[in-house]
Amino acid sequence: MTQIRENAFWMSGNEALALGAVEAGVKVASGYPGTPSTEIMENLSTYEGVYTEWAPNEKVGLEVAIGASFAGARALATMKHVGVNVAADPLFTASYTGVCGGLVLVSADDPEMHSSQNEQDNRNYAFAAKLPMLEPSDPSDAKEFLKIAYALSEELDTPVMLRITTRVSHVKGVVYKGETVSGNPACGITKVPEKMVMLPALARGRRVYVEERMKKCRELAETADFNVVEPGDTKRGFITSGVAYLYVKEAFPEATVLKLGMCWPLPEKKIREFAASVDELYVVEELDPFLETHIKAMGIDCHGKDLIPNQGELNTAIVRESIEGKKKADLFAPVPLPMRPPNMCAGCPHRGIFFNLSKLGVFVSGDIGCYTLAFLPPLSAMDSCVCMGASISIAHGMAKALGADGHNKVVSVIGDSTFMHTGVNSLMNTVYNNSGATTIILDNSITAMTGQQQNPASGRSIKGEHAHGIDIEGLCRAIGVKHVFVVNPHDVPETKKVLKEAIALEEPSVVISKAPCVLLPEMKERKPVSYFTNQENCVGCMACIRLGCPAISWTAFGEGEAEAKGFKAKQKGVSKIDEILCNDCGQCASLCKFNAITRKEEK
Amino acid sequence: METTGNILFSGVGGQGILLASEITALGLLGAGFDVKKSEVHGMAQRGGSVTAQLRYGKKVYSPLIEPGCADIQVAFEMMEAVRYLPYLHKGSKVVVNTQRILPPAVATGKAVYPEGLVEQLTERGIEVVPVDAFDIALSVGEVRTANVVLVGAMAAFMPVDGAIFEEAIRTRVPERFLEVNLKAYRAGRDQSK
Ligand SMILES: Cc1ncc(C[n+]2csc(CCOP(=O)(O)OP(=O)(O)O)c2C)c(N)n1
Repeated sequence: MTQIRENAFWMSGNEALALGAVEAGVKVASGYPGTPSTEIMENLSTYEGVYTEWAPNEKVGLEVAIGASFAGARALATMKHVGVNVAADPLFTASYTGVCGGLVLVSADDPEMHSSQNEQDNRNYAFAAKLPMLEPSDPSDAKEFLKIAYALSEELDTPVMLRITTRVSHVKGVVYKGETVSGNPACGITKVPEKMVMLPALARGRRVYVEERMKKCRELAETADFNVVEPGDTKRGFITSGVAYLYVKEAFPEATVLKLGMCWPLPEKKIREFAASVDELYVVEELDPFLETHIKAMGIDCHGKDLIPNQGELNTAIVRESIEGKKKADLFAPVPLPMRPPNMCAGCPHRGIFFNLSKLGVFVSGDIGCYTLAFLPPLSAMDSCVCMGASISIAHGMAKALGADGHNKVVSVIGDSTFMHTGVNSLMNTVYNNSGATTIILDNSITAMTGQQQNPASGRSIKGEHAHGIDIEGLCRAIGVKHVFVVNPHDVPETKKVLKEAIALEEPSVVISKAPCVLLPEMKERKPVSYFTNQENCVGCMACIRLGCPAISWTAFGEGEAEAKGFKAKQKGVSKIDEILCNDCGQCASLCKFNAITRKEEK
Repeated sequence: METTGNILFSGVGGQGILLASEITALGLLGAGFDVKKSEVHGMAQRGGSVTAQLRYGKKVYSPLIEPGCADIQVAFEMMEAVRYLPYLHKGSKVVVNTQRILPPAVATGKAVYPEGLVEQLTERGIEVVPVDAFDIALSVGEVRTANVVLVGAMAAFMPVDGAIFEEAIRTRVPERFLEVNLKAYRAGRDQSK
């Protein structure tokens, strides 16, 4: 964040939420990284006076927050939308227990799937778990709403969900610093079994309370100032929330708007009055017809998903054009261009594994992380990817389905953070129920995809301080894996030998690919020596090109060019290493059989 | 300013788009505008095509530029100047870094890098300012200031005093890199004169 005037700061929605947590007096915060939520915790960890941590997964993170709340602290759990699926078990019952200190779960949804495997609409969780949910529209709202969420949580004895989307998290705007809440009660142990011990007899009691609480919350929603009517032209009236509100304001600046800061539960009276005050009612929301369904259930007629898409992000043009029914005619059409998808970095250790897998003819059950990029050409070495941790269990299931010779047809590939997240449970199953599918753990010592977060195996805490680093090899052995191999993935031919040996085994086996992410600070600080091509030796075999390294490129020869340059007439071209981009991993050199790639100091 | 101004930054992950858009935003805030800026993190940063969208005016609601509404595009790479054509309109100004970064399909010999990219823009009535930002950055003594060179070239088109961006650079850039960044900014500005 950057100060621009007295008290006014320029910051992202995620930075604003971190500041909001500090101003609300949050004492304990736990989360698991995931775009677009990650920077909330990263920023919060830089403040004094609040305990922050990366949990191994979202379920653990939420449970830590529940514990802190039980001990009387204001507590926060942050995660991306799919993380709430992992945390759903504690979430649904925490709805019954309620809270001691205020408890907020921030769910960061990703409409359009900028960095996600699905675009689920987590407002449905508020309905299903019977919890209040606030939905800010921009960074300034985000900070205020988080503070409101804590007050509500304590007043109504309930966890509160706060839903943001990519265009709140990663949008920057002007935010004003506010007062830090004082007088939050001190922490301590209070035993309240009827609230904290959710066995059937007691849960039934709390079940009744949940309904009473939601009734109270609905009443409060009628008068709360986060649900506001903005007066205006009543020919068209809009009910909206979250970022959709911003698009409505730009598309129909004259119109009256009911902005719902709380998207669950809904203020029925207020909605009825608003509906009655306008000629035509439009509900504008991203993704599911959530508000629309519940408004229609009140017997109120409105437009919604009959006009507005239920997939992807909205924007001002989509909102205006869906409602007015006409498209801007004079837009330039896109020009076809070669795609520029993201790629693994030059020197990425994952590349050495996938280059080999692309040649081994196995089904690669993949997982989520930087390594998912191995799906793209030229490696094209991932055959499935569902959710975090699933690679190992899916490979096991396939091996069981394939029967006796399944064990050498399927491998799973999983990152260190993802293995800690939920992969370890799956590996227990592979051992317990005995399948020979090989598990490859890509240990690059960090959670790379989401921007370099520490994890339980990396040896550092969220603040970068020393922490116990779990020994992945020892853990696999403790689970009962008898065949554990550790390889240096940069030595491509050696890695191939080990992979072949492990895959051939009928018993469960694990190959740990151990080499640090090139984006780690210690890797960036080291002075990498670059490799270069002795082009006179290059025979154009393309072995190095097939690695798909961004530092290596191919120059095709024109008619007669090969001979003119002294190469064999049928040679199609030569490869070249960009020495600025090269990160000194040596995978290409380990593949080159013609002495055409040399490390700089070796010449 | 009654209407909202829209600036689109486009390029390749790792080129310093975030800093460039940040300096622009801080400059405009300093000039008294309301500003919103939208970025995409995560998957997009591994050498893929990336954008940042900036909107400024009296009061800005939406953080996203509507198609056909970008007044200025700052493109950090030739092909990335053309990729977002549907966001531009006749009369849009495009400051483009003449550098070419090969996407994977081109680097592996599966596709060719297109020619005539600047013409694709000019023939649609778009005003193009080509800037060899890499070379200029090299000449001021730090290749990593290419992004600031582009901010300088863009600044010439803005309805505000260029000094406000120098102020923004002072706020944002660490002391030891300040002089070279200011030099880069001014050298970029001279390009658009
Ligand atoms: C349930 C869930 N939580 C979080 C994420 C976001 N996410 C995607 S990949 C990833 C981490 C990958 O780290 P690792 O397995 O170490 O692989 P690396 O990126 O380092 O190669 C995370 C946190 C997700 N997709 N699903």
